[in-house]
Amino acid sequence: MAAGVATWLPFARAAAVGWLPLAQKTMPKPPVDKKSRSDEILFVNVSGLRFQTWKNTLDRYPDTLLGSSEKEFFYNEETQEYFFDRDPEMFRHILNFFRTGKLHYPRHECIQAFEEELAFYGIIPEIIGDCCMEEYRDRKKENQERLAEDTEAENAGDAPLPPGATLRERLWRAFENPHTSTMALVFYYVTGFFIAVSVIANVVETVPCRPIKGSIKDLPCGEKFSVAFFCMDTACVLIFSFEYLMRLYAAPSRCDFARSVMSVIDVVAILPFYIGLVMPENEEVSGAFVTLRVFRVFRIFKFSRHSQGLRILGCTLQSCASELGFLLFSLTMAVIIFATVMFYAEKGTKGTNFTSIPASFWYTIVTMTTLGYGDMVPDSIAGKIFGSICSLSGVLVIALPVPVIVSNFSRIYHQNQRADKMRAQQKVRQARIRMAKKGATNAFLQHKEDGGLQDGDSGSTALCVKNRSAFEHQHHHLLHCLEKTTNHEFTDEVTYSEVCMTDSVGFRTSRSTSLSSQQGATTSCCSRRAKRRAIRLANSTVSVSRGSVQELDTLHITKTPAGTQYPQSRSSLNARTEDLKLNCDDYTAAIISIPTPPANTPDESLPNSPAIPGILRNSRSNTYNIQETVKISSL
Amino acid sequence: MDSQAKRVETISARLDAAGSSTDSVEDELELSAVRHRPEGLEQLEALTRFNRKELQILYRGFKNECPSGVVNEDTFKDIYSQFFPQGDASKYAHFLFNAFDTNKDGSVSFEDFVMGLSILLRGSVQEKLNWAFNLYDINKDGYITKEEMLDIMKAIYDMMGKCTYPLVKDDTPRQHVELFFQKMDKNKDGVVTIDEFIDCCQNDENIMRSMQLFENVI
Repeated sequence: MAAGVATWLPFARAAAVGWLPLAQKTMPKPPVDKKSRSDEILFVNVSGLRFQTWKNTLDRYPDTLLGSSEKEFFYNEETQEYFFDRDPEMFRHILNFFRTGKLHYPRHECIQAFEEELAFYGIIPEIIGDCCMEEYRDRKKENQERLAEDTEAENAGDAPLPPGATLRERLWRAFENPHTSTMALVFYYVTGFFIAVSVIANVVETVPCRPIKGSIKDLPCGEKFSVAFFCMDTACVLIFSFEYLMRLYAAPSRCDFARSVMSVIDVVAILPFYIGLVMPENEEVSGAFVTLRVFRVFRIFKFSRHSQGLRILGCTLQSCASELGFLLFSLTMAVIIFATVMFYAEKGTKGTNFTSIPASFWYTIVTMTTLGYGDMVPDSIAGKIFGSICSLSGVLVIALPVPVIVSNFSRIYHQNQRADKMRAQQKVRQARIRMAKKGATNAFLQHKEDGGLQDGDSGSTALCVKNRSAFEHQHHHLLHCLEKTTNHEFTDEVTYSEVCMTDSVGFRTSRSTSLSSQQGATTSCCSRRAKRRAIRLANSTVSVSRGSVQELDTLHITKTPAGTQYPQSRSSLNARTEDLKLNCDDYTAAIISIPTPPANTPDESLPNSPAIPGILRNSRSNTYNIQETVKISSL
Repeated sequence: MDSQAKRVETISARLDAAGSSTDSVEDELELSAVRHRPEGLEQLEALTRFNRKELQILYRGFKNECPSGVVNEDTFKDIYSQFFPQGDASKYAHFLFNAFDTNKDGSVSFEDFVMGLSILLRGSVQEKLNWAFNLYDINKDGYITKEEMLDIMKAIYDMMGKCTYPLVKDDTPRQHVELFFQKMDKNKDGVVTIDEFIDCCQNDENIMRSMQLFENVI
């Protein structure tokens, strides 16, 4: 548990008064707190750094912590100073605000840390001076975007489905996240293949093939092998229709799906075929039908489901809509201006191409985009002068909005990269957090097994009990009170599943592993599992101290290797999961071998637990506590 | 308590001074910028049974965790859940929150916090029982009904989680409630009043003894 939480422990214990009238058993005695909660030695300094300022300076802003009577809570009479347990570097900026009236944002600091400090001292961030406000806003927006991505990545559809998912939900998930199941992946690739086939067929259809025998004219392949192409087209359309109908069926909201861009593309891709089937073999109508075939090329947009880059491009264009609009508008303006000028400049020339202003549009566009086909050229001197001005300005007008579009694209692209990386790391992160949380529970169960809960004389309590911190004592006492209130005990998952299964046999496997081995009724597998659990509990005592409430900054890990199988080095938490899987052979080896403690154990190495009956207990007499501090960086 | 003069700063005051604001912006900022400062040390010393040093220690811890000076219900639930990793402490934390939030404004300030603690740790047995009754009486109408007690009981059993021995069955809380009512409801009218509750607890040795348990918490 974090130390921040430790300050709330007295509150949680006090709130336990609420359980007292309900308790079915008597409450256990609380642990005796030998050393009184002494005042921390408070330095005046902010974490060691001394600051001095006039009182008037602080009084300038009476609605902050420092300017009001709230700071009396932090006063230390002995040293006649105020002490704040906060970041001294940040405090410098806070104090400067009082001195100069302007709050500055330090660029190298984390935005959230800065905001937390401001909140602590009662200063609102809005009064950051104009010089630093831009930077602050930008960083804040970036941070919020990043946090939004985090939550999005967490809620991404990679989470496993609830077990009661209907066929519809499963189908939809398979369509949206193809990598979740093999079937979905197969379907994904098959559709991709058919899109490619369809597009290639459309293209090849128009290539001229060698003419059939007896004819001179070159035929396009589409007419030569019309049956083959027709079959291919039909197959593709059938697959696309099937896919569209399945998606429509599986969609959670059919109206929304029908209106989405991808579904419109799907429909447009397959509609020409069906219209063509329905259309009669009429001369004038089939002309329109030929035009419809053009829409078949939209099938290529179906690839955007398969390609993330395409989606990013679409997203970019969407987000740059205003810049693109500006580009278009300014181009149009320039085209009209220059076309008019060129028309009137060339009006006098004989046989000129610039027959009207709209006709000059073509010249202007070709010149401004620096294409210069040369099909229309000015002849008169004025025309040539204005023509050159036109081409120069074209370069400028087009070059201006392009960097904005490019930077937008780059931002979206990088966001996507980051989101992918975050998703990959998320699983590891969650696994670690879960592991640390389990450690807290296991600490309590371990405490129970060690017999720490007997309200008895101190002589029989094992040494391992005595070595726990006051915080742990009090926390375990609290959990014990809850057990007594409800008349049920905490156990671990293995026992829970065992008890679920062997509900009729009601022997207690949690406490006395020794008893279970002696009882004849125990099946061999249960006793093995009981042994395994004993080792698992012995190994996974994790106690955490000194961190923040929301996230675990550093973890102190107490390791108890019960055999030479476990690496003695400072292994990462991830290695633990493999360590905990024991089989009987390892176990017996553990009994036999007595590992020697490494030379660097700073403190308590637990000697054999005295006088505990049972065969299995002896195994644990070979275990000992090693306290290793493994600093894990802030998650 | 009226003596709690809570001074709440909002951005609107500053914006008025700055001279430009729109209503929606104000509302949004108001929500996020509430800061709370507690009464002075002397007043709190008078109101509670803690001495100056203890109040200082309590406040420092409180302020460290909640720089804005108030705890809202979600933070409260988070904090309380950290102590009960195996089960789900959010429902019980909700009831606790309502018991601490005496002025029903949706947040627990330092005054609420410290006064609650004062009753629980330094109060007389009568006061503690009163507090417990207040906790169980969810709608604060002066009677504990079976439904209220069942809610509380379920919340407590939820904290145990599912890995318990013996297993918590579906009607375990209900049975516990029945036991409770058998003991407490003297006139068998289906509700427990404050007098019945206090009478009965004072006659129960176990409960009286356990009330002394938590006195040395601070």
